Amino acid sequence: MKLFITLIFTIFLIYSNTFAVAGNSSTDEIAKYRELLADGNPAELWEMRGEELWKKKIDPKSVSLEQCDLGKGPGIVKGAYVELPRYFNDVNKVMDLEQRLIYCRKNIQGLSHEQAVKIPYGSVGNPSDIEALVSYITAESKGMKMAVSTKHPLEKEAYEVGKRFFFYRAGSHDFSCATCHSADEKRIRLQELPNLLNKADAQKTYTTWPAYRLSQGEVRTMQHRLSDCLRQQRFPEPIYASETITALIMFLAKNAEGGIFDAPALKR
Amino acid sequence: MPSPMRIRAVLNGETVEVKVLIRHDMETGLRKDTTGKFVPSHFIQKLTIKYEDRMVLDSVMGISVSKDPFLSFKFKGGEKGGKLSVTWVDNIGDTRTDAAIVS
Amino acid sequence: MNQSRRDILRMTSIIGIGLAGSLFGSFNVFGAEWMPKSFEAKSLEDALKEIGVDKYSISTDVSVVSAEIAENGAVVPVSISSVIPKTDYMAILVDKNPSPLSAAFNIPEGTEASITTRVKMGGTSKVYAVVKADGKWFVASKEIKVTLGGCGG
Repeated sequence: MKLFITLIFTIFLIYSNTFAVAGNSSTDEIAKYRELLADGNPAELWEMRGEELWKKKIDPKSVSLEQCDLGKGPGIVKGAYVELPRYFNDVNKVMDLEQRLIYCRKNIQGLSHEQAVKIPYGSVGNPSDIEALVSYITAESKGMKMAVSTKHPLEKEAYEVGKRFFFYRAGSHDFSCATCHSADEKRIRLQELPNLLNKADAQKTYTTWPAYRLSQGEVRTMQHRLSDCLRQQRFPEPIYASETITALIMFLAKNAEGGIFDAPALKR
Repeated sequence: MPSPMRIRAVLNGETVEVKVLIRHDMETGLRKDTTGKFVPSHFIQKLTIKYEDRMVLDSVMGISVSKDPFLSFKFKGGEKGGKLSVTWVDNIGDTRTDAAIVS
Repeated sequence: MNQSRRDILRMTSIIGIGLAGSLFGSFNVFGAEWMPKSFEAKSLEDALKEIGVDKYSISTDVSVVSAEIAENGAVVPVSISSVIPKTDYMAILVDKNPSPLSAAFNIPEGTEASITTRVKMGGTSKVYAVVKADGKWFVASKEIKVTLGGCGG
């Protein structure tokens, strides 16, 4: 009898263990999906186009962006992104990458404001020069540590404004960024929500934008990600490259200090 | 003028590993735009890859291939410095050829 | 004029638009024909028929490698492989797609019978690898679940 029970029990154990080994959790399979896609990121095509655009002489002045100062000196692209947003002397304000690109496109290349902010977010048949330029410039910071400074009073102020915005509840649903992003182990359906007040999460999140988004078929920048968050929070649409978004980026980028920059990445 | 592809060809022992990334919308013709009209189909139909004069992969594709197609495969008999060329042709007659050197 | 004549004419005119002649020199030897019927077939069985599959056997020497869950059906990474000797043709089919035939590959000698690419999936479905080796057809499949997920990471 005892032998019989032991036999049944053993069979049961083998059976249940087989299932445990064979049944991968959803998170594991999604991780595998992301891993399989890591090889061959279409964002590289945006990087190629961005580099071309950076070097291209365009009308009306027949000048390229190669003298644009992204904070480390005119034309220095390598390592520029991990120090942005930053205070710029020539304009006496804090700028993020996209604000700075708009500035260079206007002041160096002579574009009108309208031309400089044209198509910030690309779509099929309407590629965005800005997304390509951001792809190129961010790729030149890949592998480097996030090193945003808040030494300058305006930098510190931008950080504080960004922080305040992070906790600011508004809109029809009374959401703030903190509603979804201030606690560990939260998710929406199958998407894990990073806790942006937790250093490790903040680093991992910030250092993987911009990213080629499979759901959009385009490279999307941090600017777009935040704009899309605000849409999901039922906030009014932010003005493209607004001070508020720069302040929020400042808050997130500073929180990601020390993280190794690994973008352009690939995301859902 | 279609955008350039990204081609990587690396010799590992006896095998050349090729990875190709192509900028192409691969429209199915089944998608509707914001006005409710169907966006016309626009997709790569043929893709041919040659190493020097030798054909190493020959493919036909349809609307079920993802946007910005990625392709990876391996072949033997390639050498460092050899030329790999990739050509695609789509359903509206656009075409693009790019080449890379095996490293 | 039948469809294949139109295709040939279309192909010829494309070749005429400034492509180096040598590139398509070997076309007729190996040239994969873009056959509308195989891509327009709406069911797996019809697509198989159009490819020329008369009968096939399920084989463990053919594999479909992918994750079991695709976060976004628009881009699903799939690798199809065959270790059957003399494999000269491989195709990927997505059962539940409006156009199940996704892509087909002629594998010349010297090329490994293993291809990785990305396919679109309309929804959860089985993905098939269909392989021709020495005149015989072999098939393997894998079910991939497609989910839209939450708000996007």
